[in-house]
Amino acid sequence: MSEPDALPGLHIDRVSLRFGGVAALTDVSFNIQAGELLALIGPNGAGKTSVLNCISGLYRPQEGSIRLVSEGVEHDLTDLAPHNIAQLGVARTFQNIELFKHMTVLDNLMLGRHVHMRGGVLSSGIFLGRQRREEIAHRREVENVIDFLNLESIRRATVGNLPYGKQKLVELGRALALDPAVLLLDEPMAGMNSEEKESMARFILDVHEQSDTTPVVIDHDMDVIMDISDRVVVLDFGRVLAEGTPEEIKMNKLVIDAYLGEETIRVGSGV
Amino acid sequence: MTMECGVFHTTYTSDIALRRVPAERLRLGLFVIVVIAFPFLASPYWLNLANQIAIATVGAIGLNILVGYTGQISLGQGAFMAVGAYTAGLLTLNFGLPWGPSIVFACLVTSAIGTFFGMPSLRLKGLYLAIATLAAQEIIEWVITHWTGVTGGTEALVVPAPQLFGVRMNTDFRFYWLVVILASATALFTANLFRSRIGRAFLAVRDQDVAASVIGVNVFRYKLLAFATSSFFVGLAGALIAYYRNIVSWERFTLETSLFYLAMIIVGGLGSIRGSFFGAALITLLPALITNAGRMLQDSAPAIASQLPNIQQASFGLIIILFLVFEPKGLSKLWQNVKDYFYVWPFAYRRGEGRH
Repeated sequence: MSEPDALPGLHIDRVSLRFGGVAALTDVSFNIQAGELLALIGPNGAGKTSVLNCISGLYRPQEGSIRLVSEGVEHDLTDLAPHNIAQLGVARTFQNIELFKHMTVLDNLMLGRHVHMRGGVLSSGIFLGRQRREEIAHRREVENVIDFLNLESIRRATVGNLPYGKQKLVELGRALALDPAVLLLDEPMAGMNSEEKESMARFILDVHEQSDTTPVVIDHDMDVIMDISDRVVVLDFGRVLAEGTPEEIKMNKLVIDAYLGEETIRVGSGV
Repeated sequence: MTMECGVFHTTYTSDIALRRVPAERLRLGLFVIVVIAFPFLASPYWLNLANQIAIATVGAIGLNILVGYTGQISLGQGAFMAVGAYTAGLLTLNFGLPWGPSIVFACLVTSAIGTFFGMPSLRLKGLYLAIATLAAQEIIEWVITHWTGVTGGTEALVVPAPQLFGVRMNTDFRFYWLVVILASATALFTANLFRSRIGRAFLAVRDQDVAASVIGVNVFRYKLLAFATSSFFVGLAGALIAYYRNIVSWERFTLETSLFYLAMIIVGGLGSIRGSFFGAALITLLPALITNAGRMLQDSAPAIASQLPNIQQASFGLIIILFLVFEPKGLSKLWQNVKDYFYVWPFAYRRGEGRH
């Protein structure tokens, strides 16, 4: 590892996280380079979501550091609050959809623009001039996300009433509206049928290719993960088990024993 | 959740307008006409009730900002209103400050005190926060009744009626215009707030505070901001009561007042401005209606008439229970149902269960 700190991206350095006596993460180190599509895989309870929670500030690791290098500036995220981390351009989705379910799709996406807006209580309440223009300018940005994800027809629907697959899309949209440098996706394809999975994978690839956003994907669908990702990090029992290209990971004995199993070898080698 | 047929918004300005459909603008116009014509037609008795409703609407909107929109339960409403009322009253009495500046001061002071008592919301949620605000209620009440040198303790303050352009606001008719304008301004301000950045953040804190923080909303800051904004309008309602009644007494601002206001927003509709108005109207009118009914029954059924105070209490409780059971979204939802019905009338069709 030659001076990874200088590279734009996210640097996770020797992070350890414990809950009482339980070690959720032990000495986890890996880098997310800006512009790559990184997948984070591993068996249930391996600590994948814990890593995301540490990055987005919901958990504070006892040891180690997490640094974000974007636009030539290095930020230490380790001790920042979640909202400050979001302001630096880290957005995420959750495994069990955490949307604002009494609000419309539009309002959920507009909340994604929150960090880019300035309006205060007084100017919001009066809603004239600059405040009105700001709302409209950000509405335009949100409409781009709506176009991108084909959410036009449900723009004004209350999120809580939408089917599961749509909610997953809206949550992706809310994170995209933030225009993030790093986009953390926690099982974006869980519970979807193959058609929905395919379109979700397509959206993730489009984000990766068309914007400056660096996606990080956790998922259990190995076919999709191996297809779309540039690099894979495998976690097991809170430690990094392996790291490499999808091909390397598929052949890695440790990973096969711990997670992929024999079945996947046949599928993998057949490709 | 009806869609407007044949109305196409071609600009974002028209799409984010508060009244998006011609029918909505027509209804608002009719309502404005009724509000303007009302004082010329109504008797002083009804004018008095209308003024009370307008003031209660301001207070209910204030409480709704905190409870309905931001999801922070408060039992301190009565005490916060007392802060507004006493601040306005004392500024006028002791410093001869005109009503305008003293109302603004009262709102700001209430806002500051509300924010202070909102600080437990950093750690507390739901019922626990409710208990913390109950403490605020008791502390403020205790301070008012014991800080005799300033507040006059349990003695009531007598506050002169406000003056506007040399006219004394000492009749119901004159005061009506003042409260209606202030209540409308409060409603408009709140409606604007909740179609823009700050209001959305409040709603986000209510719906999912973890997701709110991850999307960049400083949850604690916005909770305090909600306490501040809410208390501002609650203070306004308190100050208006002081000037309207000409008397400020702590007995008007007890825990019971807090509960009455909570009842207003529950019956009216949590997180709804229209609901705040409906709830304020119903809870204000209910005792008056029961009293009137009692008077009519005085001769025919004196036994019932003598039980009137009890009936009043019981019906108050009953209404809250009925709403919680049958329409937890309150009067504003009932109103929505009526609108939905007429939207497709006379060619109503059923789509799925429970939709008319």
